[in-house]
Amino acid sequence: MSDSLPIKAGSLGHRSGSLKRRHLAAQLFKAMCIAFTLFAVSVLGFLIFQVGSDGLPWLDWQFLSNFPSRFPDKAGVKSALYGTLWVVSLTTLIALPIGVLAAIYLEDYAPASRLTRVIEINIANLAGVPSIVYGILGLAIFVRFLGLERSVLAGAMTMSLLILPVIIISSKEAISAVPSSIRLAAYAVGATQWQVVRSHVLPAALPGILTGIILALSRAIGETAPLIMIGALTYVAFIPAGPMDEFTALPIQIFNWASRPQAEFHELAAAGIIVLLVVLLTMNALAVLIRYKGTQK
Amino acid sequence: MNTSENAILEARDVTIRYGGKAAVKGVNLSIYEKKITAIIGPSGCGKSTLLRSLNRMNDFIDHVTQEGEILYRNTNLYGEGVDPVEVRLHMGMVFQRPNPFPKSIFRNVAWGPTINGLPGDINLRVERALKQAALWNEVKDRLEDSALNLSGGQQQRLCIARALAMEPEVILMDEPCSALDPVSTARIEDLLFELKQNYTIVIVTHNMQQASRVSDYTAFMDSGILIEYGDTDQVFTRPKQKRTEDYVTGRFG
Repeated sequence: MSDSLPIKAGSLGHRSGSLKRRHLAAQLFKAMCIAFTLFAVSVLGFLIFQVGSDGLPWLDWQFLSNFPSRFPDKAGVKSALYGTLWVVSLTTLIALPIGVLAAIYLEDYAPASRLTRVIEINIANLAGVPSIVYGILGLAIFVRFLGLERSVLAGAMTMSLLILPVIIISSKEAISAVPSSIRLAAYAVGATQWQVVRSHVLPAALPGILTGIILALSRAIGETAPLIMIGALTYVAFIPAGPMDEFTALPIQIFNWASRPQAEFHELAAAGIIVLLVVLLTMNALAVLIRYKGTQK
Repeated sequence: MNTSENAILEARDVTIRYGGKAAVKGVNLSIYEKKITAIIGPSGCGKSTLLRSLNRMNDFIDHVTQEGEILYRNTNLYGEGVDPVEVRLHMGMVFQRPNPFPKSIFRNVAWGPTINGLPGDINLRVERALKQAALWNEVKDRLEDSALNLSGGQQQRLCIARALAMEPEVILMDEPCSALDPVSTARIEDLLFELKQNYTIVIVTHNMQQASRVSDYTAFMDSGILIEYGDTDQVFTRPKQKRTEDYVTGRFG
């Protein structure tokens, strides 16, 4: 409601004592919501300002195209940026089909049994497992057991494990939000289950599924712990040429610079954060664009 | 009327349970070819459940079990080896609320025939179905518009066209007018008379005036039991059962 019109409680002769109190409580709650929102936004604004003022002066083409160096003037994020892009691309290739297909299975195919419920609850639990645990798992299975060494592939597979629960849960939600009346309508004209899923369920759920995937990938981009755990390097003077090459990633590079004593490296870390943020925002913008295109049809 | 010679569908001792609870109890019912059969009864009497059993839509509800036979031209639809997808090619369905696909008007009608590979020109088929559903004149210039932009009554006629495009033999309608205004309802009732010439129609309805207006036969159900079944005139003017009389005269329900 608009608050431009002053409300006079009791003008209709109602005994207005409690009504006044209730209006006051409503105003108070609104003020509280505004205050907390402002607080959150200003913290974020301060962080961005801090990072920007430290890092922006360092941000130039050389920073993007140079490999790391022990001289701050020559140091750049090329290998880390490429490493991150490699890991994210491979992670998408691995996690996207598995996650979406698992969600379709759980939502549309799996019988409503106790086993299905146990699986669903455990997937939700997995989404809350600390990322370092996935790092240990990746180290044991991918790096050691499968002998993938410290490769981009091992990193991407570990990241895939980490974000699969998130992708499955958000895809499942998007799929279950497709009205059952649409499914029934499709069955009623003689469709098979696959035809119903392909022509009606997936297209309707696609925007929601994509949003979930992008959010999950955004999480993967910022993760450091699992990559350190599987032995991603901190100093890499080459860019990976294939999935079996060694690599580093932006968060690792940032952590490495931030932990050095020299102030210049701290500013380099800030510049690295800006690069990371730009990559992340680009991905989010992509998600918004795809969503927009999806809803237009 | 109890000669089952021109019965296209016959329910024999059909009992349908949700979990342990029986929603339909031992129903025997014959549906006659190119007639309109109305199923009436109070909410929760099992009429929609019975209707959905005719094109195996109850298959999608968990924990539903069914006994008895549904004979379609003497083949049990629940017999071994019967493909429910094939069943639905013979029995079209129109639902309680209009449920067009969130796609273009054309795609709504064309999708079923396309995925089933029905012969002939698809444009002609869509046009024919839309004409039969008395919607063609309103949409012919905007077939590529989203079906969701149509009014509720138009959407329901689109859903009827979608069913007609499959050229089924039987059309099952589950309270097709309950979400519509009186004008749209009247249009759909007019439509039913037209469709009767080519199709067998089974309509579940809450609306007794509607049942008496449009149907040739009326089945009255209560608590899962088929109480009375006969000529619509007879059921509404000379009911044999006390409960039918109470219901059609508005004493309960």
